[in-house]
Amino acid sequence: MTTATNTAKSGVRSVEGAPLLELDDVKMHFRTKGDGLLARGTKWVQAVDGVSLTVQSGETLGLVGESGCGKSTTARLITRLLEPTAGQIKYQGVDIAHMSERQLRPYRREIQLIFQDPYSSLNPRHTVGTIVGTALRTHGMVPKAGELSRVQELLEVVGLNPEHYNRYPHEFSGGQRQRIGIARALAARPKIIVADEPVSALDVSIQAQVMNLLENLRKELGIAFVFIAHDLGVVRHFCDRVAVMYLGRVVEEAPRDTLYERPQHPYTQALLSAVPDIAVVRGVPPKQRIRLVGDVPSPVDPPSGCRFRTRCWKAQDICATQDPPLEQKAPHQDVACHFAEPPVESIVAEVV
Amino acid sequence: MTEQTVRAPQTVTRTPRARREGEDAYLEVSDLHVQFPTADGKVQAVQGLSYSLPLGRTLAIVGESGSGKSVSSMAIMGLHDRKSTWISGSIKVGGKEVVGMSEKDLMSFRGADAAMIFQDPQSSLHPFFTIGDQITESYRAHHNVSKRAAKARAIDMLGRVGIPNPARRVDQYPHEFSGGMRQRAMIAMALVNDPKLLIADEPTTALDVTVQAQILDLIADLQRDFGSAVVFITHDLGVVAEIADDILVMCAGNAVEHGPVDKILGTPLHPYSWGLLESIPAVSGTPGPLHPIPGSPPSLLAMPSGCAFHPRCEFRERVGGDLCRTLKPELIPRTADQGRTSRCHLKEPDKVFETEVLPRLP
Repeated sequence: MTTATNTAKSGVRSVEGAPLLELDDVKMHFRTKGDGLLARGTKWVQAVDGVSLTVQSGETLGLVGESGCGKSTTARLITRLLEPTAGQIKYQGVDIAHMSERQLRPYRREIQLIFQDPYSSLNPRHTVGTIVGTALRTHGMVPKAGELSRVQELLEVVGLNPEHYNRYPHEFSGGQRQRIGIARALAARPKIIVADEPVSALDVSIQAQVMNLLENLRKELGIAFVFIAHDLGVVRHFCDRVAVMYLGRVVEEAPRDTLYERPQHPYTQALLSAVPDIAVVRGVPPKQRIRLVGDVPSPVDPPSGCRFRTRCWKAQDICATQDPPLEQKAPHQDVACHFAEPPVESIVAEVV
Repeated sequence: MTEQTVRAPQTVTRTPRARREGEDAYLEVSDLHVQFPTADGKVQAVQGLSYSLPLGRTLAIVGESGSGKSVSSMAIMGLHDRKSTWISGSIKVGGKEVVGMSEKDLMSFRGADAAMIFQDPQSSLHPFFTIGDQITESYRAHHNVSKRAAKARAIDMLGRVGIPNPARRVDQYPHEFSGGMRQRAMIAMALVNDPKLLIADEPTTALDVTVQAQILDLIADLQRDFGSAVVFITHDLGVVAEIADDILVMCAGNAVEHGPVDKILGTPLHPYSWGLLESIPAVSGTPGPLHPIPGSPPSLLAMPSGCAFHPRCEFRERVGGDLCRTLKPELIPRTADQGRTSRCHLKEPDKVFETEVLPRLP
């Protein structure tokens, strides 16, 4: 890799040839108070513990996993709403992990966030024009005179009536509010958008509308996405590559079709097999579902070695002593398991 | 860890459900209307809902928010505030009429004849009382037994819903349980009095998929053991496909399609059902584009005239004249198949589905 560093007019530095976003062994540990009156024994919640990811320009990376696996914490690290405990977060090759707020300002423009809850992520006292306009003003995107027309343009892009710029969030439905959140993210002309469960709170028909909108934006504007969701169907629909997280770690990462058709990590296999599939009514035989016993262990005191071993049917002694690294097991497919192998039979039912 | 490690996963396959035909209805809802008078006008949440459900069967009610699926189910439990709700029609549970039942009768009806599981186990359990207290309270309300006997029953129920070490868990508080365990405790509480009707209102929506799978198995197992009728409210058609016998699709306070689940999901006949199917990205097969229903659900304060779905329906032009806008269609059999009904004016909906909708399903 070359080491030539360029500085754009906006103040964003970049290393030539570096990927758009690169997380290298990022850790985020939160402190909790210990038990008892004296609060002895401070413990650390290892929410994210050694995550490495790469996102190329214009690419869509899906992040899936169950609650508490660290997906949302990863989103907040990428957008630098949190400062990581360890590791590097490189944006175009430049480490932004420990930058000051002032240094970060130009980067904030290029990395935007869409939130899950369209009700609590918009200020109820501000009009839509103010909400979207603030993003324009903060980053000095347009001269003051052009602000309104740009706001209206953005509202139109996300499928809202541009005449509604002076309305308040409560006058919009859930799906429309999510569109306002998207317009706000687009206002800064970002290169990458981190979408944290952007459609989970919406009804199915509205969810499909918002997904189609995001997909059109991605195609037209070439924005890269880190798309976080727990709905495996939604992720499959939207993403080029998918990373599966379990208890603060990435356990498998692969191109979409590889991951859904030939998952190699036992957790990925169990997760995919648990999704109820509507195809059963169209004559597809019901699939074998892997039953995982027990609950996800606490991130305060994760198991030694492989973190999934306590619920894994393949677990051997080596799993307790050696932490399996995330390494390539098939072309483009990285798996963190000592006994990674594709499913014997296709666990994911095929459509006949 | 044992030396003898199992290298194959423990798997379960949901077997196709056995058909139980020709039984008397245990739950019978006929011409149910639920309205909430507000300052802005009457909210017509449910407009003439009728269905029946025999013991041992599972009915899934699907629809978007505001379609009336929860409101109608709360009416079955008599949970609406009398002062601010206007209910008409009839709801019969095991021969008892629920509409207009006195509060005293409702107290003995709820829990014993019918029980409900709610979406969010976090907010439906009281944080100040132990799980055991909450289950025994429900049991002692209907059975004249000692505290000790009630606690034994609670421990038994917790064991049956798959909570490990129930004798210790019974004295714990809800915050000491994980999300899936809380939902199990809720189910134990609902089933402690052996109700013949169980209403589950989005019981797995707040849970992760692997936990959801466990809870769905549990509800199916318990239904087999207890032989109860289950009303399962959900918006997830994948869940419906796996656990339900019958399905009732609701849209803006109306039932628009009703019938056996394999028929309704296999060849749906209502454009709203088509829209739902076209909005869901699949986990298998070739990913295709989504065709969402345009617009958003109508306001229940100002219902559209005629068919409630017509403003969002892309097939309304196919119906002759102004029928969709002026005349509300009846919920009737629309094809030769008498086992199912649909509320739509469109001619030959089965052919339209096969030729136009099926090819573009995602």
